[in-house]
Amino acid sequence: MEPLITHTGQAVALRRDDIDTDQIVPAEYCKRVVKSGYADALFARWRQEPDFVLNRPAHAGATVLLAGRNFGIGSSREHAVWALKDGGFVAVVASGFGDIFRRNAMNNGLIPVDQPVEVVQELMAEAERDPSFTLTVDLQQLRLVVGGRSWPFEAEQRARELLLQGLDTIELTMRRGELIEAYERRRPSWLPTVPVGSGSEHATGGAR
Amino acid sequence: MTTEAPATLAEKLWETHVVHRADGEPDLLYIDLHLTHEATSPQAFDGLRLTGRAVRRPELTLALEDHNVPTDSTVIEDPVSRLQIDTLRRNCETHGIELYQLGHRRQGIVHVVGPQLGLVQPGMAVVCGDSHTSTHGAFGALAFGIGTSDVEHVLATQCLAISRPRTMAVEFTGELPPGTGAKDLILALIAEIGANGGQGYVIEYRGAAVRALSMEARMTLCNMSIEAGARAGLVAPDETTFAYLKGRPHAPQGADWDAAVAHWRTLRTDDGAAFDRTVELDVSGLSPLVTWGTNPSQAVPLSGRVPAPASFTDPAERVAAERALQYMDLTPGTPLREVPIDVVFLGSCTNGRIEDLRVAAEVLRGRRVAGTTRLLVVPGSVQVREQAEQEGLDRVFLDAGAEWRLPGCSMCLGMNTDRLTGPQRSASTSNRNYEGRQGATARTHLVSPVVAAATAVAGRLSAPADLG
Ligand code: SF4
Repeated sequence: MEPLITHTGQAVALRRDDIDTDQIVPAEYCKRVVKSGYADALFARWRQEPDFVLNRPAHAGATVLLAGRNFGIGSSREHAVWALKDGGFVAVVASGFGDIFRRNAMNNGLIPVDQPVEVVQELMAEAERDPSFTLTVDLQQLRLVVGGRSWPFEAEQRARELLLQGLDTIELTMRRGELIEAYERRRPSWLPTVPVGSGSEHATGGAR
Repeated sequence: MTTEAPATLAEKLWETHVVHRADGEPDLLYIDLHLTHEATSPQAFDGLRLTGRAVRRPELTLALEDHNVPTDSTVIEDPVSRLQIDTLRRNCETHGIELYQLGHRRQGIVHVVGPQLGLVQPGMAVVCGDSHTSTHGAFGALAFGIGTSDVEHVLATQCLAISRPRTMAVEFTGELPPGTGAKDLILALIAEIGANGGQGYVIEYRGAAVRALSMEARMTLCNMSIEAGARAGLVAPDETTFAYLKGRPHAPQGADWDAAVAHWRTLRTDDGAAFDRTVELDVSGLSPLVTWGTNPSQAVPLSGRVPAPASFTDPAERVAAERALQYMDLTPGTPLREVPIDVVFLGSCTNGRIEDLRVAAEVLRGRRVAGTTRLLVVPGSVQVREQAEQEGLDRVFLDAGAEWRLPGCSMCLGMNTDRLTGPQRSASTSNRNYEGRQGATARTHLVSPVVAAATAVAGRLSAPADLG
């Protein structure tokens, strides 16, 4: 992944609470086996409403999504994050995020910026007044910056470092190979395994 | 000898899986069992292919076909769906992963099949690219849903780098009244703490009402922990757990069984251990619940009425209620019992197990599904279907005019061919009533299996007691 340090972009306000990942990407779009090309899936149902905010030309270039409370709850589908990225978004500013969504977002370089309701409300009002309203998400300093003002936000330290350096999290874990092997030697022998064929007609009858 | 500080069950489970811990880093946890399915895995396997990585422990992953399969035939007509299924088959073949595919005698929904085979045991760490992995917490296992990037991480390393959750105790006091069950219990909790009340927490369900639940009911309870936003749900293992596991295909045997049970008995929250948050809920006054809105926290007793948005003091909740009522096409003040239902869906990883089918069949025995209503009965797995047929439940369903279908996620999520059409309204034993969850403009009321069955007979939201 490309390193991601700071992003400045146009914000758009999606005034809804509890936006679940089924709304971000309906299930029928999750039949695909690829990781990109989900722009058409992003908020597909709501997009059919002509005055849906993301349909307005003035917001076409938005890269920061401002949403209400509790964004990205529900299904674990990472397609929601892929679709937001394919839709041009680099960050989501909201008051609270679903736990799985937050992880998925960081794993893909979409920055979840958790802010108090009052801050989000204020930013939404700005974005509605002026569609060219721009803000900066600084992942290095962990600050959301607008003009001369700024607000801190939190990000899980390791995930943030990986994004800043454009590093691969699997690679990092693989470097702990010896510790993983040591752990595997300590595991109780009765723990179940499912080798290929263990569910075949012949292998049943209680034997492990 | 030093005595260790008292710990919660969640903390004990977490600690026993830590492979590596360092300041400023999330813990590296070992994963004992990884369940996977066609919908969230293709891109993870692609990632392995692109980086030339292998699956570290293929025998610790089990794959199933459930989300995207039809339930009226074993032939997949839709080419896009077929490609997704074929992709899973190819990936499992390449990496030596056991797969129970459509038509296999062990096929079914991941969260139904894993426990049924005895693969999920107390003390284990279980993950799946699916938010309802919380189901498996019913066994006293640490179980949570992950996204596709994390699926790839688990395939490659059998580990997950993840920060420690907070702990919440939910104490259910009192005894569940007749006619209510685990589904009502969890809907009541979510209505109480909200759709984000559990965010960042692992919830441990405690109290006499929980101890009295069967394993299947505990799975229903833990299943919907994610609907409160929780990372996971847990029930400490006890004799009920051990009795359920004994003799299952993957349960330990002989001396292993004794050693395992001795260990499992230590898996409980110590006296004096502190939770980050405690919620108490008296269940003795509980009655069957039904959702009226578009998120699972919007639930009221079936005996109640559709609430007025003005009745909510929180302005955000008021706005949400207005929008939900508009989507659901409901008028405030309408008795829920007067809401007509087009389709009843009995199934899913929440309520598609044999006990769910049994209680629903009891309601349907000798009765007919209303002429205006369609009832789909979708067993959670082939094993559930076969068990039901041995008990003659299929006859009860068919005689009542219901459809007796093949296992899968079916109408739970609007992905496969089972979907509501247009503005149809359902009573569903599944777990999510989001806008469009069961079809583009579908309206969903979440209910328990007995309410689902009674509703099918009456053609409107009903409890068995209403049928006379
Ligand atoms: S039954 Fe529904 S909730 Fe359960 S795994 Fe399938 S789609 Fe997900």
